[in-house]
Amino acid sequence: MQTIDMGTTELREVNSALQAAAKAQANEEYVIENPRGSHALAVGLDGTLSVRVKGPTGYYTAGMNKLATVTVEGSAGPGVAENMMSGTVVIEGDASQYAGATGRGGLLVIKGNASSRCGISMKGIDIVVHGNIGHMSAFMAQRGTLVVLGDAGDALGDSLYEARLFVRGSVKSLGADCVEKEMRPEHIELLKDLLARAGADAKPEEFKRYGSSRKLYNFNIDHADEY
Amino acid sequence: MCGIVGLFLKNDALSPRLGDMLTDMLITMTDRGPDSAGIAIYGEGAEGVKVTVQSEAPATDFPGLDTALAAELGVPVTMKVVDTHAVLVVPEAQEAAAVAALEARGLRLMGVGQRMEIYKETGLPKDVAARFGIRAMGGTHGIGHTRMATESAVTTLGAHPFSTAEDQCLVHNGSLSNHNQMRRVLAKEGFHTRTENDTEVGATYISYRIAKGASLGEALEGSLKDLDGFFTFVTGTRDGFGVVRDPIACKPAVLAETEDYVAFASEYRALADLPGIEAAKVWEPEPATVYFWER
Repeated sequence: MQTIDMGTTELREVNSALQAAAKAQANEEYVIENPRGSHALAVGLDGTLSVRVKGPTGYYTAGMNKLATVTVEGSAGPGVAENMMSGTVVIEGDASQYAGATGRGGLLVIKGNASSRCGISMKGIDIVVHGNIGHMSAFMAQRGTLVVLGDAGDALGDSLYEARLFVRGSVKSLGADCVEKEMRPEHIELLKDLLARAGADAKPEEFKRYGSSRKLYNFNIDHADEY
Repeated sequence: MCGIVGLFLKNDALSPRLGDMLTDMLITMTDRGPDSAGIAIYGEGAEGVKVTVQSEAPATDFPGLDTALAAELGVPVTMKVVDTHAVLVVPEAQEAAAVAALEARGLRLMGVGQRMEIYKETGLPKDVAARFGIRAMGGTHGIGHTRMATESAVTTLGAHPFSTAEDQCLVHNGSLSNHNQMRRVLAKEGFHTRTENDTEVGATYISYRIAKGASLGEALEGSLKDLDGFFTFVTGTRDGFGVVRDPIACKPAVLAETEDYVAFASEYRALADLPGIEAAKVWEPEPATVYFWER
């Protein structure tokens, strides 16, 4: 296990070391101490690597992650795991705006709450939030799964494409074209797997499923009011 | 962008360190806005009201200003010169006359208050803090801002905090879109702004609401209804400290609270050195939700 202290090592050096270790596919373990809210920490990791960050981080933590596992023992600022390709990112505290935005794959777990725009334009990522999510989450979400153990804010899934949304608590309001859908056996199986991988203590049967009613895919003058 | 920091102390033992802590927090936020920086600090009360003014030419404007103002108003005036700013203490009854006399001399009004002093200039936070000696200032609460200008010019008067009533100040990250209309509405009510800046309209709106009997919390609630645009506001009054974000809430904000203080920052980075932050309650303020604390 390697330890890097950000009290004495510059962010650029930290990221270079992590990116090189990931590229080597050595499956090493790194511990990052004193992150002090740094931006763009552990970004662009392209390979098997385990990174544990001991404290809160700033903007864009673990962005563009591929194959690596990044755990933050604290909260993360805006844009955590943005455009993640694969691998796992775990935030043990809260996540700020647009967590997992545009993510194409992998698993993002937020053990606290996520604020607004969680999973905006997600394209294949799986996101499990143990707490609540803010407004405009999963806006224009195209693929992937968003699971929320708590409540969702206003306009969930506005202009949704084919992403699957599961919420256990209340939904303040649904966005345009987002509707509640029936839970079928395959959704229970999907949730069972995701909840287990996210270490979430919840039963799949407690969730409601939301998805696109597919009315906004093509412009229809009768739906002009819904935009 | 723009960077905001704020500290509201609950434990008076920290008071001598207020300026020092705020300075470190503000310098950490430098890359959110390099145009100008300012700080409002609520320190010792004066025997009268403190009128803080700024001059382009302090070496010629400030010597003898106190005696000239005293002669003009017929009352005793004391003065403390701090770089480009001068803090003049006048009897409360002479506040309006003093402000008019100082502005007639071409001096720029920074703020008026029994406890509040405002220091702001163009430049980086570290330079602005150093020229005014902010680190040595104590007090109960204070608010700092570092600006990336959008809605008006990079000038001393365009810098934050804005003060539009006694002991009230406001800083802002964002931009208001209905400020011209609101400026006219407020002017009809007798509340005039001094600049073209959008934030000053927000500050004036809150001062107007408080003058009409609203509490700080009610005034901030009103801003959610009456002001359009993007905003994270942090506001100070003689004994209070408030935070509100617009319903879209795209401008970042982090609050931290311990038994000793409430702290606000645009990013967690600015809070990282505060005493006891590891054990503090740290959270992102909810959209369209008013938070305020009073002593």
